[in-house]
Amino acid sequence: MRFARVKRVFYVGLAVIALAEIILPLIFHDGQSHFSFENFPAWGSIYGLLSCVAIIVVSKLIGKLWLLRGEDYYDD
Amino acid sequence: MTIEWVHPGLLLIAGAWILPLLKGQIKRAAMLFLPAAALIDCLFMIPGTYGVTNFLGQELTFGRVDSLSLVFSYVFLIMAFIGMVYALHVEDSAQHVAALTYVGGALGVTFAGDFLSLYVFWELMAISSSLLILLQRERSAIAAGFRYFLVHIVGGLFLLAGIVLHWSQTGSLAFADMGAYSGGLAWTLILLAFLLNAAVPPLGAWLPDAYPEATVTGAVFMTAFTTKSAVYALIRGFAGTELLVWLGAIMAIHGVVYAVLENDGRRLLAYHIISQVGYMVCGVGIGTALATNGATAHAFAHILYKGLLFMGAGAVLQMTGLRKLTDMGGLYKTMPVTLGLYMIGAFAISAVPLFSGFVSKSMVVSAAGEDHRAAIFLMLTLASAGTFLHTGLKLPYYMFFGKDSGARGKEPPANMLVAMGLAAAACIAIGVFPGLLYAHLPNPVDYVPYTLQHVSSTLGILGFTALGFFLLLKHLDPVRTVSLDTDWFYRRGSARLVRVLQGPLTRLEYSFVGQIYDFVIRRPVLGAAEVFRKLDSFVVDSAMVGVGRWTQTLSQVLRAAVSGNAQHYGLMMATGVLVLLIVAMVIR
Repeated sequence: MRFARVKRVFYVGLAVIALAEIILPLIFHDGQSHFSFENFPAWGSIYGLLSCVAIIVVSKLIGKLWLLRGEDYYDD
Repeated sequence: MTIEWVHPGLLLIAGAWILPLLKGQIKRAAMLFLPAAALIDCLFMIPGTYGVTNFLGQELTFGRVDSLSLVFSYVFLIMAFIGMVYALHVEDSAQHVAALTYVGGALGVTFAGDFLSLYVFWELMAISSSLLILLQRERSAIAAGFRYFLVHIVGGLFLLAGIVLHWSQTGSLAFADMGAYSGGLAWTLILLAFLLNAAVPPLGAWLPDAYPEATVTGAVFMTAFTTKSAVYALIRGFAGTELLVWLGAIMAIHGVVYAVLENDGRRLLAYHIISQVGYMVCGVGIGTALATNGATAHAFAHILYKGLLFMGAGAVLQMTGLRKLTDMGGLYKTMPVTLGLYMIGAFAISAVPLFSGFVSKSMVVSAAGEDHRAAIFLMLTLASAGTFLHTGLKLPYYMFFGKDSGARGKEPPANMLVAMGLAAAACIAIGVFPGLLYAHLPNPVDYVPYTLQHVSSTLGILGFTALGFFLLLKHLDPVRTVSLDTDWFYRRGSARLVRVLQGPLTRLEYSFVGQIYDFVIRRPVLGAAEVFRKLDSFVVDSAMVGVGRWTQTLSQVLRAAVSGNAQHYGLMMATGVLVLLIVAMVIR
């Protein structure tokens, strides 16, 4: 099935990216990092996933508890 | 005498009025000719000071031409040209006049060397951009247009008050770095006006309120000029202001949070303008050469990709009449070209390598790193993930894929696709050849965006954001809601305030103000009236009555004397003569 194949390619791609992030700095040193946490293995991948989950969870929470109103809220 | 300098803004503002007189192909040619001529005008400009005039004893500078004003003028005019291509099919000349005047105002702000001419163009932008909303001619648009206008009038008044104060304190109207006046009232007022136009929260709610209500083509212009001319003004006057670093970083996240909750496609994109301008404001605040270069480069790249994204969402709105994500889905089948061009903009805003955002946004983030600001660095990187999540994944997913809503729209007219193609080409050109942009930045550039580490960590952030998106997809389904923002205060809050205050105000009125009024005004007045009434009845009346009574008594006495008897008359005459004789003798 087409969707399953896309899914497989996606996961393989993610694995390649994460591995590249771990391995490349060990081979090449272009010394761009400003902070020590950037040198953590697969820093971008981990922080990307955490950011995405944090944004969705926190925003949804703020929305439910506080910000969201019915669509006709401002209609007179 | 040769004309040494032509103001490109004046070219547009004056030239726009020719359009209503023209028709058909000639009108369309003129629509493209005006921004093209102004762009050529700017490309041939030599840095220097031009257009200095005296007005009421003040020296006004209309043409401060340097690398900073030039790079902003280039991108403003490139976007104006693309926007005009996108609007070629629109017959409503009023929209074109408003749009060109708006661009002219932004150029006026860009080249202004003094505060007074800056203010004039600032207000011209507010008026002409309001028209781009009002000309949508729908009830909700007219309401939003007036709210937008009022907010910007308030901002303009802050600016004017700050300028007058600054002038009275320093005697100078020159628009230069304000760092020396930091913390003063004039500094604060001018900064507030700039921050309002840059849509910095909590002053930025006007942007997502107004932009989605504008006309399809007008919104494309609006995304480019108001916030970015404010960023220009901030770079010019407030570079290195620490407050801006934090406001910018908060702003970058603020826009992302609201984008999670948003259901209106163009409003979601509007919240991402706030997020992206956050990077620029943060860069201005950091204030190093790399940071101001980054703010400028990001403004340049942002204008083009955000224009492209709004053109894509506008094309969907125009062809399907749909604006809410909950109503869309499955449009990729009939609008594949629009989808493809939109995705180029989405990759550019998400800073995917080889697209423009990658080479501009990373300058600001690196500047935060070089300045050892770990918290800012992490906040900006988190906002990057959020940008890709919404503009690159959520919006296209629910608009073009997702659950098939059955809605079908054809591809938009050719001119709209050409405009989107031009913007997409620019996004890719800047991403592939960053040197093209870097050569025009205000400071010398010593920055290499394409390093192995930068590319691999960016791909990691983006790839795993996508993973998070697909894992949490069912929680991201848009819902039919609106989210509260600070515009609540003038849309609902003011009415509620009146309702809440009504009780206490009534009591205050009746018990306190009323009592004081009674005591201070009513009673003394009534008392004085009583005194006058008594005076009237006792003194004036009795005087009149007295005179009357006396006259009556006298006449009765006289009547008694008139008896008709000749002997009485004779006696009276004799008495009279006798009295006169006695009087005469006494006087002698």
